[in-house]
Amino acid sequence: MFQFILRRLLIALPTLFILIAATFLLMHLAPGGPFTTEKPLPDEVMANLEAKYGLDEPLARQFGTYLFDLVTDFDFGPSFVFKDLSVRDIILQGFPVTLTYGFWAFIVAISVGIPLGVAAAVHQNSWLDYLAVGVSIGAQVLPNFVMAPILVLIFTLWLGWLPGGGWQGGQIEYVIMPVIALSTSFMASVARMTRSSMLEILHSNFIRTARAKGLNGTSVIWRHALKPAMLPVISFLGPVFVAMITGSMIIDYYFGTGGIGQFFTNAALSRDYGVMMGVTILVGTLTILFTTVVDILYAWIDPRIRY
Amino acid sequence: MLLDVHNLKVWFKTGDGQVNAVNGLSFSLDAHETLAIVGESGSGKSQTAFAILGLLARNGYASGSVRFKGKEILNRPAGELNRVRARQLAMVFQDPMTSLNPYMRIADQMTEVLQYHQSMSRQDALSESLRMLDAVQIPDAVSRINNYPHQFSGGMRQRVMIAMALLCRPEILIADEPTTALDMTVQRQILDLLASLRDEFGMAVILITHDMGIVAEFCESTLVMYGGRMMEAGGTETLFKSPLHPYTSGLLSAILSLDACHQDLPTIGGEPPLMTELPLGCPFHDRCDSVQSICRTTLPKMESIERRRYACHRPLAQPRNPP
Ligand SMILES: Nc1ncnc2c1ncn2[C@@H]1O[C@H](COP(=O)(O)OP(=O)(O)OP(=O)(O)O)[C@@H](O)[C@H]1O
Ligand SMILES: [Mg+2]
Repeated sequence: MFQFILRRLLIALPTLFILIAATFLLMHLAPGGPFTTEKPLPDEVMANLEAKYGLDEPLARQFGTYLFDLVTDFDFGPSFVFKDLSVRDIILQGFPVTLTYGFWAFIVAISVGIPLGVAAAVHQNSWLDYLAVGVSIGAQVLPNFVMAPILVLIFTLWLGWLPGGGWQGGQIEYVIMPVIALSTSFMASVARMTRSSMLEILHSNFIRTARAKGLNGTSVIWRHALKPAMLPVISFLGPVFVAMITGSMIIDYYFGTGGIGQFFTNAALSRDYGVMMGVTILVGTLTILFTTVVDILYAWIDPRIRY
Repeated sequence: MLLDVHNLKVWFKTGDGQVNAVNGLSFSLDAHETLAIVGESGSGKSQTAFAILGLLARNGYASGSVRFKGKEILNRPAGELNRVRARQLAMVFQDPMTSLNPYMRIADQMTEVLQYHQSMSRQDALSESLRMLDAVQIPDAVSRINNYPHQFSGGMRQRVMIAMALLCRPEILIADEPTTALDMTVQRQILDLLASLRDEFGMAVILITHDMGIVAEFCESTLVMYGGRMMEAGGTETLFKSPLHPYTSGLLSAILSLDACHQDLPTIGGEPPLMTELPLGCPFHDRCDSVQSICRTTLPKMESIERRRYACHRPLAQPRNPP
């Protein structure tokens, strides 16, 4: 098992390298640069600026420097827009915020979605099942950009219970709405997926064996059915994770939480290549890491996967 | 009498209407008896067994009566059934490849039975499980017990299934075509194993099969099923010597016509009936050589003479009346 984990992590490295190289290339090949404005700058100024940021050097060399700084120093270079901030500063500022509400949204989606799905499957065609299916279909049509304004409308404007935005170092009343907004539709997907895979497992022969052994219903479900029923759900977690990060752009926009999504949107609008590259690489890295974790989890659950 | 099944009916609700899998089956089983239930694929053998143990699929329903030592167990709540399952009535399933949990070690799948039913400690349960794996002749059980099912061959898995079923020393073992999915040489070994375990533990066995050869060798009584009904039942020897029902004789001549590399399906012309629409009259009439007009319209009554029972308007041999 340990070897398998090591091997999976080693395989992730070249993927990571390709990700960085591709991001770098795309950014540099895109027409227009960070200093393109409506009124073209004088050539001299342009040349000076490019020299300052090292953009006049050959591409391979620029890439080498970038990669070297990144690996040795966790240095993503300067921001092209904020003169006194490096990309690293921006990431360190926004990322903990995204990570905090993203983490909780993830936890909520799983810890509500899975039990809901299991309960629905176990009591198939009962009122509980219909309720769970109804709720999750309802929740599915409430993606974050619909949820966010609804939540603000209810909890801020009508009830006045929660602040409509801001972060304040992550105090709980500021975290609640972003978490709900981000997690609702995923909670629904997780619930529906759990329900259908659980139903399939409950019909399988080995569950009949477990029942024939006279085990009680709880241990049939928790000991015998849950693990295999989780397999499709686990492979769905990778995409969920990515969607959480991209969803962060919407969350930051509505709630002014100041997460990484906000910086990314701003950077894209102002052609701040440094920040865009930094965020893309970081999110990509996390995605690769997360997929690796999912793979390992999968192998841990299913003994038939050889490592 | 250990087990008494009376007028058992099993039906399934499906999108295409109701499937009537078992239609009023009655039989009984004495202590230490080995009863064969034979019949073609789809005749309702497995569903009979599942109904007895309360293992029908979600869309399945059962009516009638199943008494174990006089106590009704059909359609009882799970809590009540769980005190009978494994402890007194255990089952080995048709398909060893899918009947063990692929995500759990053999050790965990076996010990949980003893821990749950006999409140054994994990240690005791483990050594008892090992003893049982030895009894079913799994080589190197001490290390094999920590394996997962996929690390065993089909025959070995069926041995594990048997060992698991016997853990609580049940009084009745229902073996549902325990060898159909296995190759010939392994079939033989598993059957011999079952026979010797039956004698060793003094169990009654219901052996479900479509192989008349197996029946002749292992079972003292036989019940022939067709279309979810009993066609004929009685002592194996008499039933083989002078079958009363044309279906039984069809099954028997099918094995005679088969050579060494025999197949499971006996060769009787025609197809088993659709279980959605129950035919008027005898379920076998459209495949029967000696069909009469009454066979098409009236369901034959169950006749019984000595220990033999049959449902046929025109039995082949005249059953001898008691002197
Ligand atoms: N869940 C279900 N829904 C609908 N019909 C079912 C269901 N389960 C079984 N049946 C039907 O019940 C009938 C009897 O099936 P059963 O499994 O008892 O056959 P069998 O005699 O064991 O045959 P085999 O030798 O192939 O195992 C079949 O026609 C089958 O299609
Ligand atoms: Mg069957």
